[in-house]
Amino acid sequence: MRYEVRITGLGGQGAITAGHILGRAAAIYDGKEAVVTEGYSPYITGGWSRADVIISDETIDYPLITKLDVLATMYDEGFVQNLRHVKRGGVIVTVKELVKHDSQDHKVLPVPAIEVAESLGRKIVANIVILGAIVAVLGTPSLESVEKALADRFPKAADLNRKAVRQGYSIASELLASIGVSGRR
Amino acid sequence: MSSGLPRPGVHFMMGNFACVEAAILAGCRFFAGYPITPSSEIFERACVRFPQVGGIAVEMEDEMASVAALIGASYAGAKAMTATSGPGFSLMMENIGLAFIMEAPIVIVNVQRAGPSTGIPTLIGQGDVMQARWGSHGDLETVVYAPSSVQEFFDLTIRAFNTAERLRTPVIVLADQLVGLMWEKVVIPPAEEIEIVERKVMDPRLLSTRLPFDYSADVNPMPIVGTGCRVNIDSLTHDERGYPTTSQEVSDRMLRYLLGKIRNHARELWMYKEFMTDDAEVVVVAYGSTARSALNAVKQARSRGIKAGLLQLITIWPFPSDVIERLSQRVNVLVVPEINFGQLVHPVREHAKCPVIEVNWAPGSLIEPNVIVDAVEVAAA
Repeated sequence: MRYEVRITGLGGQGAITAGHILGRAAAIYDGKEAVVTEGYSPYITGGWSRADVIISDETIDYPLITKLDVLATMYDEGFVQNLRHVKRGGVIVTVKELVKHDSQDHKVLPVPAIEVAESLGRKIVANIVILGAIVAVLGTPSLESVEKALADRFPKAADLNRKAVRQGYSIASELLASIGVSGRR
Repeated sequence: MSSGLPRPGVHFMMGNFACVEAAILAGCRFFAGYPITPSSEIFERACVRFPQVGGIAVEMEDEMASVAALIGASYAGAKAMTATSGPGFSLMMENIGLAFIMEAPIVIVNVQRAGPSTGIPTLIGQGDVMQARWGSHGDLETVVYAPSSVQEFFDLTIRAFNTAERLRTPVIVLADQLVGLMWEKVVIPPAEEIEIVERKVMDPRLLSTRLPFDYSADVNPMPIVGTGCRVNIDSLTHDERGYPTTSQEVSDRMLRYLLGKIRNHARELWMYKEFMTDDAEVVVVAYGSTARSALNAVKQARSRGIKAGLLQLITIWPFPSDVIERLSQRVNVLVVPEINFGQLVHPVREHAKCPVIEVNWAPGSLIEPNVIVDAVEVAAA
């Protein structure tokens, strides 16, 4: 099974970091194959940035996205700009406070990532909340693997990140249940 | 990590970083360069990692000086490398020829971007295939490896050093923006399990009985600065003593020796992978990142009932002529996709015994599998 994910945000939100954690968790701790590629808007500080993550049980030939299973956007325009890449029936995870768009053709999960992050005392972990939501939607890699990958990257913030990723995971699981989708596919 | 060597095991790493770790394991301890997108991470990581293993990374004033510094370091006994992209690669051409005639083993990594000129600095291209072979003036043979994954980038960087040391010649790793900047799994073996080739070094005592440049030899041992070898190393055409000459006859001997080092070893240098070629009627010939699109395309074509296969060329120079000749005798058509407007397709055509279709894709993105599938379908019809 091949999964395609794009995480996009504005410079500083940590979209690419979240992508790296996702890829590392799958490749190192879940024994899967993973490819992460990055993209940035040219010339502009604070412009959009994105990580594309492919996760597969098999060797990954074509390393770029074709049709996204999951789009996660942390800014409003990112929704519209990337909508055409999401497969019909695919899932769009959004930062509820920042993204107002909706789509009838997709399952949209507005995750209050900033509210959750602030309740944990650090707004900066909103990307990790979103990462937790992505993992709930994909059903891979395991939450434990993601926590290990997070601890590798941010050893001092392992506790905070564990809380953030778990909250994102449970919020997304509830949202999926409310729209009648099983979280683990 | 106390040794500074990379930890053996499975890593999730950027291609450009894997290249540096491979260089360290290969024994490279000197890096000279001038940063350029999308190769800059190699320089950046070398600046951090080389000092940790007792090595040196130095920023030069430009790419010409970078290669000149490598030649100096190489003659001081070090394994030396640089990394660049299109515009910097162009500037290196003069001194790649210098390394060739001076027989200095060095490694040049080119993380290709879209050209010509400064082109699109952040995006992929495969436009330097011919330049890697023919870019420097005069008769020259180069060894060029093209990785298609982070693991291959790692493995081929080690191999590049081994080949350079064994043949005393510059070796080029022709990567591309995608392979350089993508993150992927890479398995780093324990250092003691990696085959490392060291150059043959000249013993100064032997200089009383033999000439330093024996043009009948396979590869001459290298005189290292400071070891007592009083040998003239010259960029001019030189005789068996190392002194400049205008003799056409010596020129003939010297060039046959220099070119022969690579031509006579071509078969050992050729690396390639075949996928589903056993019963294939149409075979896609691809290299670098394009090979990954091509593999996807071949699988798609197979699912549509077309007997398609993939030949991934890893060594692109010296050109694996026999591989193409042999394969083309049992298939109907070869399809050559490239992120350029026709480069490696030319030697493929030269050696193929069957029709060859080229698929061109402008630099700026990875060629899409469906474009290759279309060409395979046309070829199969």
